[in-house]
Amino acid sequence: MLARVSAIALNTFREAIRNRILYLLLIFAVAMISCAQILSLLTVGSEEKIIKDFGLASIELFGVLTSVFIGIGLVSREIERRTVYTLLAKPIHRFEFVLGKFGGLVITLFVNTAVMMAWFFVVLQVKGIFDPRLVTAVALLYFQFLLITAIAIFFSCLSSPILSGVMTLAFYVIGHLLWSLDLLRDRIASPAGKALCGVLYYLLPNLGNFDVKGEAVHGLPIPPAAVGFAALYLLLYGSAVLAGACAIFQRKELQ
Amino acid sequence: MSARRLRMHPRGPKRLPHRGLIMAVLELSRVSKSYITHLSLRKYWILRDLSLAVEPGEIFGFIGTNGAGKTTTIKLALGLIFPDSGSIRLFGEAADRVEVRRRIGFLPENPYFYDYLTGTEFLDFHARLFGIGAADRRRRVGELLERVGLGNRGDRQLRHYSKGMLQRVGLAQALVNDPELVILDEPMSGLDPIGRREVRDIILDLKARGRTVFFSTHILSDTEMICDRVGMLVRGSLKAVGTIDDLLTREVRFWEVSIRGLRDDRLPCGQIVSRREDLVLARVESQQELKRLLAFLDGRGAALVSVTPGRQSLEDLLIQEVRSAADAGDALPAARDSGEERHAG
Repeated sequence: MLARVSAIALNTFREAIRNRILYLLLIFAVAMISCAQILSLLTVGSEEKIIKDFGLASIELFGVLTSVFIGIGLVSREIERRTVYTLLAKPIHRFEFVLGKFGGLVITLFVNTAVMMAWFFVVLQVKGIFDPRLVTAVALLYFQFLLITAIAIFFSCLSSPILSGVMTLAFYVIGHLLWSLDLLRDRIASPAGKALCGVLYYLLPNLGNFDVKGEAVHGLPIPPAAVGFAALYLLLYGSAVLAGACAIFQRKELQ
Repeated sequence: MSARRLRMHPRGPKRLPHRGLIMAVLELSRVSKSYITHLSLRKYWILRDLSLAVEPGEIFGFIGTNGAGKTTTIKLALGLIFPDSGSIRLFGEAADRVEVRRRIGFLPENPYFYDYLTGTEFLDFHARLFGIGAADRRRRVGELLERVGLGNRGDRQLRHYSKGMLQRVGLAQALVNDPELVILDEPMSGLDPIGRREVRDIILDLKARGRTVFFSTHILSDTEMICDRVGMLVRGSLKAVGTIDDLLTREVRFWEVSIRGLRDDRLPCGQIVSRREDLVLARVESQQELKRLLAFLDGRGAALVSVTPGRQSLEDLLIQEVRSAADAGDALPAARDSGEERHAG
């Protein structure tokens, strides 16, 4: 099983790194991270914060875009272009195909994030800044990308690339605003409303768990427990989403 | 439909003359498949009660018009879609068992593969899925590229391949595991005459190695040339199955006579089919008419160029079956819907 999943993952990675869209996104990311230095000139006294803030935001933006735009095409594009026919006529289980596709993007995102982080540290180094908390912040962003990829694959198994893209981006936005649902639960009077808010709060992905940009930028400590919780959350939530994707794909008619 | 033509084996292993008890390589038993439209929620049948058995070591041609359900049948056999009812078995096992696919090779219709992989990488990837070791993969990929005529093109990315080259590399991936059963969906489509001949040679070579080949096609001349047996699908139903000799009437049905130097168009019998400069092609329906025509020509000083007997072809039979299905009101609701063409393939 592992050999087949890794073969599909490596193939997906190979396809992704030869895709011009990835390079385009990466060039934009590098350009934006570089812009942080120019933007920092506009402020007095908080240059370091601007560079860190803008750099992390750029990594997040382009990481999310890569996750969504490559993630949504992973399964649905294979069906659309009928490349999946030859694969599934081989002795591979459908879940191995889904996991392989996910694995390929995990590797792609790792390389992508590593390149963006390396350039970010070059930009910081020019200013003589180094903060290990930034590595933790980027690692948690990477965890977030993986969860978004799992969600993108889930929707990719369910519908067309465009709809999958819209739904995944909607989940990304909701995932960062989930705290407002918690707030609403406290303020709402109706017990049914409270229960609904509670269910949605735990059902929807809480991407706030991966957000330590504020701590990293302002030099605040990042508790190891928060990192551990984020990793555990990714493992459990991500596994559940992927299991759902595999279950849907298992009975999908490949017309 | 004469009973002579329908030699189907819907259930279980069957006893063939001189071969004892054998297990069908691919067996569909009373398989039906429908789809429901999104808007009207109407049910359209693509296949109805299809029963078919492909025997080991044979080349089986699966023919039919567009939208007859050939590709649907192949997808069902490979577990890419699921039947509404009926059972499908490969080598005696349920077709949805993943392990049974180790023994199968498949080429889809109009194959479209990963753009950014080279031919060699593409075949290597497919060989990996069968757990073939690195050294064996290298050897096998090289051999296959040679076999399909892409020996010096393996390092080019697939997006630079022509349609014919994609068809060839697709055929190579179908053979990467040296399969016992090769399923090819329209393997000749998109190929030039040389490519078609090469594919025919590969199919015949597979048979010579004891492999079974099941392929769908529109190109009936190829089918007549290489198939041991043929199945004819019309509007989701199997109308005929058997050897070419079983299916076609071999007696002469008409004669085509090519004549040079005939001055006028009046013939004692038959009709003129075409005239090009002083070469006339005439058609007569019986041997008596042929004799009369030859005697007529003898007295006119016209030169006889050739006399060709006309026999029933698969194309004649297919057209006849399609017409009789339409006359009998055999049309499935799906066949009247243009969307069905897309689905059934």
